[in-house]
Amino acid sequence: MLLMKTTVSTLAIAALSATAAAARDNVQVAGSSTVLPYASIVAELFGENTDYPTPVIESGGSSAGLKRFCEGVGENTIDVANASRAIREKEIKACAENGVTDIIEVRIGYDGIVFASQQSGPAFTAFEPADIFNAIGATVLKNGELVENPHNTWDEFNSDLPSAEIAMFIPGTKHGTREVFEEKVLLEGCEATGAMKAMMDSGMDEDAAEDACLDVRQDGRSVDIDGDYTETLARIDANPDGIGVFGLAFYENNTDKLKVATMGGIAPSTDTIASGEYPVSRPLFFYVKKAHIGVIPGLKEYAQFFTADEIAGPGGPLSNYGLVPDPELAKTQAMIADETTMGEGS
Amino acid sequence: MTETALNPRPMPVKKDLMVEDANTRRRNAAEKRFRAYGLAAILIGLFFLIVLAVSILRNGLPAFTQTVVSVEFTLKAADRDAAESQLFKTKAYQDLFIAELAGKLDERGVEVVFDAATIERLLGKIGGDLRAFYQANPDRVGEPVSFELPASSRVDGYFNGRVTRETLQDSRFLMAADLDLVDAMQEAGIVQSSLNWTFLTGADSGVDNPGGAGIGASVIGSFFMMLVVLVLSLPIGVAASIYLEEFAPKNRFTDLIEVNISNLAAVPSIVFGILGLAVFIQFMHLPQSAPLVGGLVLTLMTLPTIIISTRASLKSVPPSIRDAALGVGASKMQSVFHHVLPLAMPGILTGTIIGLAQALGETAPLLLIGMVGFVARGYPDGFVAGFTEANSAMPAQIYTWAARADASFYDKAWGGIIVLLVFLLSMNILAILLRRKFERRW
Repeated sequence: MLLMKTTVSTLAIAALSATAAAARDNVQVAGSSTVLPYASIVAELFGENTDYPTPVIESGGSSAGLKRFCEGVGENTIDVANASRAIREKEIKACAENGVTDIIEVRIGYDGIVFASQQSGPAFTAFEPADIFNAIGATVLKNGELVENPHNTWDEFNSDLPSAEIAMFIPGTKHGTREVFEEKVLLEGCEATGAMKAMMDSGMDEDAAEDACLDVRQDGRSVDIDGDYTETLARIDANPDGIGVFGLAFYENNTDKLKVATMGGIAPSTDTIASGEYPVSRPLFFYVKKAHIGVIPGLKEYAQFFTADEIAGPGGPLSNYGLVPDPELAKTQAMIADETTMGEGS
Repeated sequence: MTETALNPRPMPVKKDLMVEDANTRRRNAAEKRFRAYGLAAILIGLFFLIVLAVSILRNGLPAFTQTVVSVEFTLKAADRDAAESQLFKTKAYQDLFIAELAGKLDERGVEVVFDAATIERLLGKIGGDLRAFYQANPDRVGEPVSFELPASSRVDGYFNGRVTRETLQDSRFLMAADLDLVDAMQEAGIVQSSLNWTFLTGADSGVDNPGGAGIGASVIGSFFMMLVVLVLSLPIGVAASIYLEEFAPKNRFTDLIEVNISNLAAVPSIVFGILGLAVFIQFMHLPQSAPLVGGLVLTLMTLPTIIISTRASLKSVPPSIRDAALGVGASKMQSVFHHVLPLAMPGILTGTIIGLAQALGETAPLLLIGMVGFVARGYPDGFVAGFTEANSAMPAQIYTWAARADASFYDKAWGGIIVLLVFLLSMNILAILLRRKFERRW
């Protein structure tokens, strides 16, 4: 009983001291699961190479991270939001309403999005955006007419492709990757096949036609994956005909199980993505709350460490893991040093 | 029964008891069938248990060994100062080690052609370990120190069969030709497999460094959470159930409380996570990612389970015990605390352990209070800090590893499951021992 009493009182003291001695000593980060691997590499190195404690990085998706970021200023809110897309006007407004006005936008590099299938599966080696759109678009152009997607196998619309059942595993709508996939693949494919023009000819305005282009067929041939790439990999493992959408880094870590297809004739690699030849890539960001700099120890140092040439530059641990280095890194470094917020400067 | 009711038949002629008639045969057959079904059900359960155990062990055991490079390394003071002056210090340490190792390999006459990049591909991320060692032991600079440092995840996979020469695709992580050097180094005794202490004692590591990942820190996190859950939910739960069971008047109000407790036990755990985020972090300003908050949230989740099981075990104490105590002049409270509660203790303990075990395996509420993700803070400084410093929990750590690209993290996730099961088993054994101690028969 005495032991229990002591424990209870210790616990009470712990709770009280936690409330009173507020100062959080670690950087708190949340957001995109695409940025998470890079952030975790940097966080570990930051803890090893500096006297600051290792930052805590949570995932949960770009939108969820930015939402928490915009909850307000103070130690019980996060300091940094990771995002695999740029912050939206709507989110900046929501931030401002809660008092988060000064935001520093940091672009850390680019991520390639690749299409990969089982190593020993059918020969999916080359795709065009039009192929992907024909495979999974809700409404496609067939014999000059707009019809509900009738395709069951890949060779029905492109004789160069294998005669395998269509089964695509694409990122779910909560992922930042989905947006890039829609914009750089589905929309491109929609325009290339002429479906977009046909839709506009049938009386839709441009916005409605674009929305219709992004509709994905709902008959089970295209599956939204809301989890991580490991889930997509497990689906591909179970389905020899399956084609999954992955990040370049994830694919490069699993080359023994996956083979990648070219897009528009270009094979994905850090080089082709950096030069812009490979069409499906997107910038990765993190956002820093300026009001927390100087309050949370190590916050500015974390941002500087993240974007240092040794870390995010070519040959650094991030590019080694699959991040495509940003050619304009020096500009980002200067921006962090001057604490330039969005809307200031450029 | 219904058959006879529908077609009334004359009573069958009484025959020899030793001879089975059709009816007896039918009934016996029905019983045999039922026994077979029961046995089949148990066998199916057993089969899945064995499949589970075998797959967990097969997938998880590689996590407990680690391929290491053991070599003597001398750090010169000048090199240390040069490394410390850089931003990326651990990389400088790693490069020094690679240079030294290359020299050692030449000395030993390893005949395979290699360069620094080859060695870099074979080694894990070792700069952090090296720097941590020399920060802690500055007096060892300048003298030879023998190190055992983790090899890269693919070399590790080559040793435990995950990577073979046939399936290996050349990449910047490992070339098929590099395996020749690995074989040569193994012959020279530089590379070998050894028990992975880092996995048992360490904290999480970056996604490019599976060799440095450990579950130890999150075991501590889970331990502190369980401590909070136990210390809060046991007294509160038992007090609530004793009052409800022994003292409270039976009326609409207590009925309402009872119904609500039963409903709370069925609430999905993620709901408690949202509650915890809103109340403990946003309103009470408790620290994020802290085992204290995790424990508080899990306490909310565990309380209904404990209350329900405690009330059931209080109810199962025979009323004659209460009556006897009251009869010899004990007060109501004395009868409860001297007689009823000790007799109900085994049941209460069982309920508590079940509640704790449930809480131990819970990930969903931890998602919302920041304990899932990359939390690699190592060991807390002191007892109080254990509650308030950011830490992960075992199931959260396993979940995080399972989602990583490098396949050796997948092994680690399975290994983590083994550790979690061992933790659970030891909790259950404790419960059984306590129950034995308190058990009384009447």
